[in-house]
Amino acid sequence: MRRAVPVIAATAGALALLANFHTRPAVSSLALASPSSTLAPTSAPPTAATTTSAPPAPGSTAAGTPSTVAPATPTTAATVTRTFNGPVVTTDYGDVQVRVTMRGTQLVDVQALQLPFDRSRSQQISAEAAPMLRSEALRAQSANINAISGASYTSGGYIQSLQGAIDRARA
Amino acid sequence: MTAGPDGAQVRVEHIWGTAITLDLRDPGDPDRADAAFAWFRRVDDLFSTWRPESEISRLGRRELTTADASPEVREVLELCDRVRDESNGAFDVRFGADPRVVPREGFGPIDPSGLVKGWALQRAAERLRAGGAENFAINAGGDVIVAGRPAPGSEWRVGIQHPWQRDKVAMVLGVSDVGIATSGRYERGDHVIDPRSGMPATLLMSVTVVADDLALADAYATAALVKGGDGARWLADRRLAAATISDDGIVTTNQWLRALRLADTELGSFSPAGPRK
Repeated sequence: MRRAVPVIAATAGALALLANFHTRPAVSSLALASPSSTLAPTSAPPTAATTTSAPPAPGSTAAGTPSTVAPATPTTAATVTRTFNGPVVTTDYGDVQVRVTMRGTQLVDVQALQLPFDRSRSQQISAEAAPMLRSEALRAQSANINAISGASYTSGGYIQSLQGAIDRARA
Repeated sequence: MTAGPDGAQVRVEHIWGTAITLDLRDPGDPDRADAAFAWFRRVDDLFSTWRPESEISRLGRRELTTADASPEVREVLELCDRVRDESNGAFDVRFGADPRVVPREGFGPIDPSGLVKGWALQRAAERLRAGGAENFAINAGGDVIVAGRPAPGSEWRVGIQHPWQRDKVAMVLGVSDVGIATSGRYERGDHVIDPRSGMPATLLMSVTVVADDLALADAYATAALVKGGDGARWLADRRLAAATISDDGIVTTNQWLRALRLADTELGSFSPAGPRK
């Protein structure tokens, strides 16, 4: 058990993806775009073939196509890239602040603007947890995976600031 | 709680110093998630080695005897003792009480952290099932339980973290109604100590165990990591589905693990740049 930290109830969908990987290429309530090529997983999701080999039936609209076979259609908004800064979160180890980059509604990058470096424990979190969470946040939208099993990691205020940044991006 | 794809209800909270994700796929009963997270917080109250007032900390200071501890604490310690005996001491939660061990914050004289996370998820899953949930996944910092299916006709796909390439998984498993635990030396450096020698574990960078009971999977994975070269065989002797990744990038899987591995996800060439410092 690690040091107790304030419990953060995460309510936005994108943060839920930090440790959870939704698999469908379908258009979802989160409006996640299909993975970009730079974020493609090591192997193509098997469902990808379905999305490209099943054109909509004549007369049907994209909206009327069953979501399991509907390719995620890029929209105008998907081409706009913007950045949002999360709040500065004070932790036991120091202040944490992250910035997210969104392309349309898709999270494409997470940067740490501030991480605590004042104590060895802080450096541990900064060096290990931040890259882990960044990659998980990005991979969440690219990999056809529901969950990742791995050695346990710590996260501190990173999640909280990331949550705030994503909330601002979606506001 | 938020609605995700496929009607999933997903909730994430930050407990035990890590993120816990609960992903419920059955039509909603919002109380289920509340109850699960209340349980996780109770586990933190009882078992946190970072909290002086937790029962596990009080046990370590001998302010509390095992007989007077909560039933949950006694159950966990009994499980820990069982794995210690099975592993001939490779897993030993009382290692920190050895007078030669230098005390460190967060690592108590009695430290069941190598089992309690898996155990807590296992009990949470049992409570969810008792309450009627059939399809869900829980992930607590890399320990995963899956139940039923994410959607009709599909199976849960669980990736195993690549030890030194953060944006990759080493393989993907297709699983249902099991627990998946991974112990690794890549997250917190050489912090895994062999209780038998007092020396850091070597040789294996990562051990993944798939079992019906995540509490045992968690502890077995840690024991095998400590055993190093004997770890894979020890797990196979127990007929546990397991994958190990060595320091030099050799992936070893046994027959039970291979039965779960999805063919399209095996890494064609595993050529690590070398273990992270």
